[in-house]
Amino acid sequence: MYYIDPHIHMVSRVTDDYERMARMGCVAMSEPAFWAGYDRGSVDGFRDYFRQLTEFEPKRAASVGIQHYTWLCINAKEAENISLSREVIAMVPEFLDKPNVLGIGEIGLNKNTKNEAQIFWEHMELALKTDELILIHTPHLADKYKGTRMIVDMLRDDPRIKPERVLIDHVEEHTVRVAKEHGFWCAMTLYPVTKCTPSRAVDIIEMVGNDKIMVNSAGDWGPSNPTAVPDFIQEMRKRGYTEAKIRKIVYDNPLEFFRQSKRFKFREPA
Amino acid sequence: MPAIQSAPQILDQVFLDMRAKLLEVAASLDRLDRATSADTVAQDPRRQRIQKTLEILTTQQKNRAEQLQLLFSDTYDEKWARPGAR
Repeated sequence: MYYIDPHIHMVSRVTDDYERMARMGCVAMSEPAFWAGYDRGSVDGFRDYFRQLTEFEPKRAASVGIQHYTWLCINAKEAENISLSREVIAMVPEFLDKPNVLGIGEIGLNKNTKNEAQIFWEHMELALKTDELILIHTPHLADKYKGTRMIVDMLRDDPRIKPERVLIDHVEEHTVRVAKEHGFWCAMTLYPVTKCTPSRAVDIIEMVGNDKIMVNSAGDWGPSNPTAVPDFIQEMRKRGYTEAKIRKIVYDNPLEFFRQSKRFKFREPA
Repeated sequence: MPAIQSAPQILDQVFLDMRAKLLEVAASLDRLDRATSADTVAQDPRRQRIQKTLEILTTQQKNRAEQLQLLFSDTYDEKWARPGAR
């Protein structure tokens, strides 16, 4: 089955991973800007990173027939540094005309601090000003519920925000309804230890349905599995779901969300 | 989207996996109790939360996973100070 991985950090993966994903049926992916494992020292560090996301990764993906899209921002961990964050936010528009950019992301909260909330809000302003889609990271573990509620509060406080243009990521059992009940798109991340397993993700689908929801691997430099979406597909098959029902979650839904971006020019596989 | 499989089918599929995971929890609790300073850990909020999860697992409610997640979550205050324009 063809699938799309809507959240994966390919800068941290080797070309063999692109190969394996292509063999498993991956035809497109989107790569949000994230934390490199250390705090970058200057806006130029981000400028170089954005070049990698908009120039080099699309080429590596294309070499195995995968279409690569991306999202730009300064991530929540580094958002604690307000002055650097503002420099990055001011620089992001330099890249907004690159053909593989889908919007602003993954913005969000990490430890739910005042500075993180301020920078989230300023990213939201940028997205509104430039009419971009928004991809949101929600915190991990004990911080997730509070952080997701704070994020939804900020989004709902602003009447200019269109929920159908916002994707809230890393939802789990206790946050999926918080996102869905207000009309936002949401995604579950299949990631060992700190996030969701394929079987729990299918449980969540059984509880809330398969509208406006997708799954991703968030494969990065940590212990993660870039072919986690096929594991989810396998779990759905094991439980007896039709190919059409599975395809809606792993292909149709990401396409429907991404097609709202003016730069998304997806080529259907032959 | 209700589950397609019947409860007996699901039990056949998950029994060994559930058994293994419950044994891991039981063995971890035993390990804590066998170790030195076990009394100190008994007062640790994390240990107390684990005890509460065991109580949640024995209820008949259908959202046990959600309840466990909330038990392990920080408190949310809806009156938190919102950010704004500089």
